[in-house]
Amino acid sequence: MSLPKKKLLQAYRQMKTIREFEERAHAEIMNGQIAGFTHLYTGQEANAVGVCEHLNDEDTIISTHRGHGHCIAKGADVIGMMKELFGSSEGLCKGKGGSMHVADIEKGILGANGIVAGGPPISVGAALAARIRKNKRVAVSFSGDGSVNQGTCFEAMNLAVVLNVPAVFVIENNYYSEHTNIEYAVGCDDLKTRTEGFGFPVFVADGADFFSVFDAAGKAIDHARAGNGPAGVFAETGRFHGHFVGDPQHYRADGELDDLREHSCCLKRFREKMAESGEVSQEELDSIDAGVLALIEQSVAEAKAAARPTPEQVGNDVYISYGTG
Amino acid sequence: MSEKTMRDAINEALHQAMAEDESVFIIGEDVAGCNGAPSGKVGEVGGVFGVTSGIYKEFGPDRCIDTPISESAIVGAAAGAALVGMRPVAEIMFADFIGVCMDQIVNQMGKFRYMFGGKSKCPAVIRFASGGGFSAAGQHSQSMYQVMTAFPGLKVVIPANAYDAKGLLLQAIKDDDPVLFFEPKALYQEVCEVPDEMYTIPFGEAAFLREGDDVTVVAFGQMVNRAVAAIDALESEGVSCDLIDPRTSSPLDEGAILESVEATGRLVVVDESPPRCGLTADIAALAADRAFHSLKAPVKQVCAPHSPTPFSPELEAAYIPSVERIQSTIKQLLA
Repeated sequence: MSLPKKKLLQAYRQMKTIREFEERAHAEIMNGQIAGFTHLYTGQEANAVGVCEHLNDEDTIISTHRGHGHCIAKGADVIGMMKELFGSSEGLCKGKGGSMHVADIEKGILGANGIVAGGPPISVGAALAARIRKNKRVAVSFSGDGSVNQGTCFEAMNLAVVLNVPAVFVIENNYYSEHTNIEYAVGCDDLKTRTEGFGFPVFVADGADFFSVFDAAGKAIDHARAGNGPAGVFAETGRFHGHFVGDPQHYRADGELDDLREHSCCLKRFREKMAESGEVSQEELDSIDAGVLALIEQSVAEAKAAARPTPEQVGNDVYISYGTG
Repeated sequence: MSEKTMRDAINEALHQAMAEDESVFIIGEDVAGCNGAPSGKVGEVGGVFGVTSGIYKEFGPDRCIDTPISESAIVGAAAGAALVGMRPVAEIMFADFIGVCMDQIVNQMGKFRYMFGGKSKCPAVIRFASGGGFSAAGQHSQSMYQVMTAFPGLKVVIPANAYDAKGLLLQAIKDDDPVLFFEPKALYQEVCEVPDEMYTIPFGEAAFLREGDDVTVVAFGQMVNRAVAAIDALESEGVSCDLIDPRTSSPLDEGAILESVEATGRLVVVDESPPRCGLTADIAALAADRAFHSLKAPVKQVCAPHSPTPFSPELEAAYIPSVERIQSTIKQLLA
């Protein structure tokens, strides 16, 4: 598949931005600068970017507890996100939501989500709105291999077929639902086939390869956008950190993380492909790296200097209006 | 007798109950951990807070059962096994996830006995890590016990220290009714003296933690330690308070609360949940209804505002009742 150079540079920039955002967030959590529970997306970047590069601002995504990557890929403001992680009142969600609830409705980001499989039914609602309004939008829900065992996920997939809505279910199999492997937690041998059993096509991707995800996601999104009902993407991937920051990761095999970083790094793979094809020079990619690092540095500096919330803000934003108003 | 954390006290209770009764088993997400994983270290996790640590190694896969992320099925499986004679102890990682499995708890497990004309038993325990204090935001910080107290058929337990946690959990496992057991996660590392042997604490019997004449303070879970600190600090100002920890919100030791309010004439109720239809309102109503003529001052509720739990540490600190807020409310009643 040949992509315009501008698109290639954009895809790489997005993946690199997610990578550096996450690695810096990790460092700041270890420094005690970021509170709460944080789940990093490092290693899975190609999935978010491979899907979101097909979407426009009017399309929606809904994410998971591991949501930073999806939000960045869909266009969330990186500085606003970092401020949110730091709990600033200038954050994307005014410090009310934090890592697990990053959202930007204007950008079609219906939120990261702290409830496993909380997202898919909501995404079916966004897809239903698109069907009713006939506006050719699609609604993407990102899920993991853990969420596919929740009733809400089953219900959402079936309802999407019943209602014939443009919902795209992206399942990122990183092999671990928290500390339990998919070998144990998914009863059948083949999750792709199980998902297809709901009655929609599922396209398989290598989640470490941007081009593979981009290709599979393109087929799924085209299917949905054309009014043929829901579709799925099933990507095999790997997270380079624990379930949450601080997870001792007892479930890993010896050398597993080194192996993942060595052989399943989407950035390395992308650079290798560019070196082969000559479409983009390594220097151009280096220059993107430098720009991304500067942006992340700026985001942390701004987050540290940003306004802190005050106690009277606790009760704001619960309702638009309420009672005595 | 030795000092134990609340986490270790609960862990010990589980070990002892399982050793004593073969019908007891535990089930939940990562209660063993690492199942199917390439490390081969099955059992190494023991729950996300380590509460079920070591149980898999001692009792094996038939009695320490990991599940997929499927809260409705976990609760339903516990309820079904209990209905046919087992004594499951299920773990739902965060109390907030009650939102996912509400039907199985409320419409199923909690109503079997009544709907079946008193002919069934459902001796299931569901454990939850509850409450705030971790900047875990709106979906990982709620208490939820105040909501669940509203449903007849469920017993609701909220230990506030390691000693009570062990005795109440052993009681919960022996109890023939479904019991929801809320472990304030901010207290897992708190230490107190806990007997090594098995013992039970009956449901519906409050603990009196301080005795005084001026004000009755009723506090639940994470708020009990803060109420102790508030009351002890006021001692030097010549203020003395009764402090009551009901320990179970259903059944509730109404007698202990009413007796104290009749003596002091003043009541402050403290909980970390929002105020509407919660435990503080419930107990305020109890006093208004049954101790009205003893009251010398309005009943005061110290609780979270009517808002979800915020993420930012500063906001959460303002959200959860502080020692200072409890103190100033007590003083307000005496002004």
